[in-house]
Amino acid sequence: MKKKEVKINFFYIPAILLILLFVVRPFCETIFISLTKWNGYSSDKVFIGIKNYVDMLKDDRLKRAFVNTLIYGFASTFMQNVIGLLIAVFVDSRFRGNNIIRAVVYMPIMISGLIMGYIMYFFLTYDNGVLNDMIGIFGYEPVDWLADGRRGILFITLINTWQYAGNCMIIYLSGIQSIPQMYEEAAVIDGAGTFQRFRFITLPLLLPAVTTAVITNLIGGLKLFDGIIALTNGGPNYATHSMMSYLNSQYFLAEKAGYASAVGISTFVLIMVISLLCNQYFEGKSIEE
Amino acid sequence: MNRIKQKSGTERNWWKYLLAAVILIIYLLPVYVVVVMSLKPMTDHTSRLLPPVEIYLENYLKVFKNSNILNAMKNSLIITVGTVAIVVIAGCLAAYPIARNKGRLGRAVKIFVLGVMMVPGMSMVVGVYSTLVSIHAISTYWGIILVSAAFGLPFSIYMYSNFIAAIPDTLDEAAAIDGADVLTIFFKIIFPQLKPVTVSVLLMQGVSTWNEYGYSLYILQKPDMYNVTLTVKQFFGEQLKDLNGAAASAAVAIIPVIIIYLFLQKYFVKGAIDSAVKG
Repeated sequence: MKKKEVKINFFYIPAILLILLFVVRPFCETIFISLTKWNGYSSDKVFIGIKNYVDMLKDDRLKRAFVNTLIYGFASTFMQNVIGLLIAVFVDSRFRGNNIIRAVVYMPIMISGLIMGYIMYFFLTYDNGVLNDMIGIFGYEPVDWLADGRRGILFITLINTWQYAGNCMIIYLSGIQSIPQMYEEAAVIDGAGTFQRFRFITLPLLLPAVTTAVITNLIGGLKLFDGIIALTNGGPNYATHSMMSYLNSQYFLAEKAGYASAVGISTFVLIMVISLLCNQYFEGKSIEE
Repeated sequence: MNRIKQKSGTERNWWKYLLAAVILIIYLLPVYVVVVMSLKPMTDHTSRLLPPVEIYLENYLKVFKNSNILNAMKNSLIITVGTVAIVVIAGCLAAYPIARNKGRLGRAVKIFVLGVMMVPGMSMVVGVYSTLVSIHAISTYWGIILVSAAFGLPFSIYMYSNFIAAIPDTLDEAAAIDGADVLTIFFKIIFPQLKPVTVSVLLMQGVSTWNEYGYSLYILQKPDMYNVTLTVKQFFGEQLKDLNGAAASAAVAIIPVIIIYLFLQKYFVKGAIDSAVKG
């Protein structure tokens, strides 16, 4: 028996080896690079201690990217969950074709975030943009939507919400469908209305689903990258960057690999802390119930 | 009688069909706009909402002739198949002892895997890049395959170990008493039962590798190694004036994915549910 247990441990080897070589080692290397001044390709790597991290505190563009990251994370998560839950309730309400709605709402998740960003660009251009065409019908003048940073942030958040709301829908739909029918029936007998049934039966029983939906989408929003590259490339004037896309611009445009690594490590810490806090918050809630 | 009942049901539900139509339009409009644009010449300045007066296929000819889109599809396919194969095989192998060994090592590996699963890949892209430079893996298939597999593995181990834990171990034990080897037990008894979860892992990992952009940007530097996303990016980046040509490249990239999704929709949805259920 003992021998079997030892033997079975060999099964770990391929996976653990790959993770150590291509996740853990690069992680340590990123920490090391974040303590150096390096342009990303030369052999000239100078150790400068925590200077990159100190510089981050003085970098206004990074502060903007930090705030944007929180907006992309929390605002998208909030909207994705509300929209996803509403569509899930709607799809669950059984009408002919409800499966088509489910399939179509989940579809954008299949498409690369980068390509989706480019597709949305067709909606937002000044000349001939679909959105300008639409508001033109009502007599409004065309707008250069992406020329303004705040509007850029709004559109990136909306597109991210739209593209990934299907994920929440699926999670909530499977949650709703796993609630035993008898609870609803008992509530109907007790005279509970539709809203009351939703508020006092469906919603509390969905809490595990809420936890999953919130945390996965939050992580997704906080590390948003390719959609931004496609739509605004962080512009105008660094106004719409997330931490991840800012990292990318520091690496490629500014050739500051050391600084980019420091931004990366900080983003890593930020995402870890936020997701752990969230997990704890929801765990506390589920004990209360 | 029945018909009257049905009719009144549809009438009562009219708002549902209205809402369904609104959702459909919101979700299908972008795909519609891309297809419409790809079928119009650059000189056509009619609204992107209007269908083309006549179908103009030049954009597609340009995409297939003047770009490496077919080569890029081949690259994406090789990278995706390689990654998925490793993620499936190494994933279910590692998941088996996690699910069966309740000892300290099993628990430690599980915690390690869950921790790695939370790591946002792009945050350490510089370290990944410099690791790959040191082993001469930039612009190689094996370089990007091993990196994608390493980042995909935690998720697959997590899915497989939840699934295996639900398979009663009486069968393994009976086989062990009969003198079967651990490898035999795994491949003869456990592996055949993993089909449903393997389909989920395969589809989830397949889509994410196919659509990958961040790492590819750093690792696939030679143009003849570009994958589909990098090739579409070229269209939008360098030829921004030719938005119709770019639309055709985007359409070529997304339509195969959408078709596969429509056929395998049921499995994708199941995969999404499996991956979301907390273990």
